[in-house]
Amino acid sequence: MEHLIPIGLNHYLTISALLLGFGLFAVMTRKNAIVVLMGVELILNAANINFLAFSKYNGGIGGVMFSLFVIVIAAAEAAIALAIVINIFKIFKSVDISSVDTMKE
Amino acid sequence: MSNLTYTVIFYIFAAITVFSAAFVVFSRNVIYSAFSLLFTFFGVAALYVFLSADFIAVTQVVVYVGGILVLLLFGVMFTKSIMNTELKSDVLHIIPGTLILAGMLGALLYTFYTTHTWKPSEIQLHGSIVERIGYETMSHYVLPFEMVSILLLAALIGAAFLARFDKPDNKNL
Repeated sequence: MEHLIPIGLNHYLTISALLLGFGLFAVMTRKNAIVVLMGVELILNAANINFLAFSKYNGGIGGVMFSLFVIVIAAAEAAIALAIVINIFKIFKSVDISSVDTMKE
Repeated sequence: MSNLTYTVIFYIFAAITVFSAAFVVFSRNVIYSAFSLLFTFFGVAALYVFLSADFIAVTQVVVYVGGILVLLLFGVMFTKSIMNTELKSDVLHIIPGTLILAGMLGALLYTFYTTHTWKPSEIQLHGSIVERIGYETMSHYVLPFEMVSILLLAALIGAAFLARFDKPDNKNL
């Protein structure tokens, strides 16, 4: 029990692993495209926690900068993915990704 | 702040993050998932403060909660008419998904807790790092900074173009 009191690197890595697992589970098992997107956001957050944890305990600034770029890329990814989802909804009248089976109308 | 108080606050935020993330994944209602994702993002921002990355925490709140989550909610409400249909989302591949979740979590946690090879540096990050981020952005990371700004501009223009409303009489585009 005494190794749980000082917060160390393993605590952050555990939270990150849990978020990664949940995100991967959402990506694999959900049929709604928007919930799949939420899973991708969870995975990106897990990666960010890892970057920042290693950066803190390493004393460097590289992980902090990289996590900043990850947030920017996540914003761009969410915008593009939502645009694609809206187009899928216009064509198929559903956001169920298991019913999207044609490349062209 | 004493060490025990720090630990208790850390565990509270960790529990908020993990349980709301689990609720995002296991809830059957998309609206509940989206609002639970709000708590996950706030919890992760609090963990960033614990990791002495205060600027990243503020950026997380501004970009994720203010931008991405609103965009996701907009997507939820645009693609389902909220008044009459059930906002459920079905599941598929539940067995392989559970196997991957359990296997990967087990492997990662086993590796973390049975190998005691983390050697933290003597110099760790302390206090606010906003000033260092400013210097690094304008010196070492100025090329990725400019490239990511161009990428974001191109992606947002592309998203606006993809999601535009096209008139039915304009067939040639």
